Amino acid sequence: MSVAAPKREVVSSFRQHYWLFVLPGTLVIGGVIVFPWAFTVWMALHEWNVTGDHAFVGLANFVNLFGDQRFIESVWRTFWFTLLATLIPVILGVWAALVFHRSFPFRGLLRTIFVMPMMATPVAIALVWTMMFHPQLGVLNYLLSLVGLPPFSWIYDPATVIPTLVLVEVWHWTPLVMLIVLGGLAGLPTDPYEAALIDGASSWQMFRYITWPLILPYVMIALVIRTIDSLKVFDTIAVISQGGPGTASETLNYFLYLQAFQFYNVGYASAVVLVFFVIIIALSLLLLYARQQTKWME
Amino acid sequence: MASRPSAVQSMYGARVGKRSRGGRIALWVSVIFLVSPAVLVFLWMLSLSLKTEIDNIAYPPVFIPNPPTLASYVEVFQKNRILLYFWNSVLVTGGAVLIGLMVGVPAGYGIARSKSGKAAAVLILVARMTPALSYLIPLFLLFQLLGMVGTIGALVVTHLVITVPIIVWVMIGYFENVPVELEEAARIDGASVWRSFWHIALPLARPGVVVGGILAFIFSWNNFIFSVVLAGKNTRTLPSAVYNMLTFEQLAWGPLAAAALLVTLPVLLVTVIAQREIVAGLSAGGLKDG
Repeated sequence: MSVAAPKREVVSSFRQHYWLFVLPGTLVIGGVIVFPWAFTVWMALHEWNVTGDHAFVGLANFVNLFGDQRFIESVWRTFWFTLLATLIPVILGVWAALVFHRSFPFRGLLRTIFVMPMMATPVAIALVWTMMFHPQLGVLNYLLSLVGLPPFSWIYDPATVIPTLVLVEVWHWTPLVMLIVLGGLAGLPTDPYEAALIDGASSWQMFRYITWPLILPYVMIALVIRTIDSLKVFDTIAVISQGGPGTASETLNYFLYLQAFQFYNVGYASAVVLVFFVIIIALSLLLLYARQQTKWME
Repeated sequence: MASRPSAVQSMYGARVGKRSRGGRIALWVSVIFLVSPAVLVFLWMLSLSLKTEIDNIAYPPVFIPNPPTLASYVEVFQKNRILLYFWNSVLVTGGAVLIGLMVGVPAGYGIARSKSGKAAAVLILVARMTPALSYLIPLFLLFQLLGMVGTIGALVVTHLVITVPIIVWVMIGYFENVPVELEEAARIDGASVWRSFWHIALPLARPGVVVGGILAFIFSWNNFIFSVVLAGKNTRTLPSAVYNMLTFEQLAWGPLAAAALLVTLPVLLVTVIAQREIVAGLSAGGLKDG
């Protein structure tokens, strides 16, 4: 007893010092993340251009925003893009994780190659895709012609530009889903499989009734991350289609970029940021809620 | 607990051994289907960069450079100040990662030890959710006011938006796994908080510093929007310099592919060298349940 008392005292006095470790980080976060947020709210209530002239306009920016056809269309386009660019990588990523969880020759090397797209610089890769999409000289249309298919319009047709950009996004980010789900698979207990093998369960039954419920929480994390990242897509669009043809691939983030740094409507763009953020939070909460439900079902 | 994953592995190994020939073919077809898109894009990039301009715009396309030529690379170096942009990228990414580690590692420690992980995790999640562009508008105005637009310093500051959250996030996970008893023992012997952090917790969490540093490096190096908006002619980073080449030299495919390859080469090399740490960081440490 006489030993425990001073120990607790020492420990608790140290606990009071932990804030010192967090202080520098807090200052940096405050400077580069919290300050911009506060300033954005302030700007959204003003008519503001980049020369610094500004006047208080209340909620006028928001009212204008919801009457702006170009904005509304960009929101729906972003949802369509996000749906495709979330579901396809998640499905392929789960499949890839199941494959790379098996042991086979050269697994380490092949996994490294598979992971490389998510590390590669998006701008650089987007340049290569742009050349591959070229209607006359691009290698993709040549490959299609080899299997007897007509040339595809890729990024040159409003109807095909979004699926084409999704293709690039899938190429980049399927590995991230794979890594997250692989982490889940690595922690699976072995007992249920042994029991199932003894009971003569098929591979499909083992996946459906053992593996799937156990990795579902990880799949949900991947789903949330992919949703957030797809909503924010920018690099790929800026390089490959610049929002075109017309405005056919102008997503929310690209609309925001144009308003802020091409048209210099700073106040208007700040209103876009806030609406954008509400959308991201709402979708994330929805998915996290769904994740809670899957956990409860276990 | 440590023996569990290996048990799973060996069990899967046993299943592989038992698997029929059809199952093995299905596995390899899956592997080839999954890996080939990555291989094809990277090889095509390499092929474009090593061919003559005539071969690059030939139809049907020429796949294997014959003979391979470095002319595109020579042209990239002659027509652009690639070395300057490379140095800018090194300064910006290096600075942002170093400062990120200096403030992020102690922060991760403080958060892990004071059990305020939940609140911090929410803040970092919010930072991750927010589009980078939205930080850029207020920071751009601030830098304008301070006369810092177009400086390397401004770029380093904005890149902290990327590096600090990644490093804090990874470090919280690693410090939570360092047993607190070791430090308590040292403190009873009279070590200060700082000494027990520096001599006990930090050495044990060193793999986390490596993982956090590598991930922060990769995502900071790859970022281009900050540099497009904030950098001047002489302070561009590599990705935004290549983006600018696109608008001026749309038809010179060879040099464009060569430049693209040069931009992404450092990141790919790091990925190959540190693939074990990256896989560990992204599949476990960085994204733990919570």
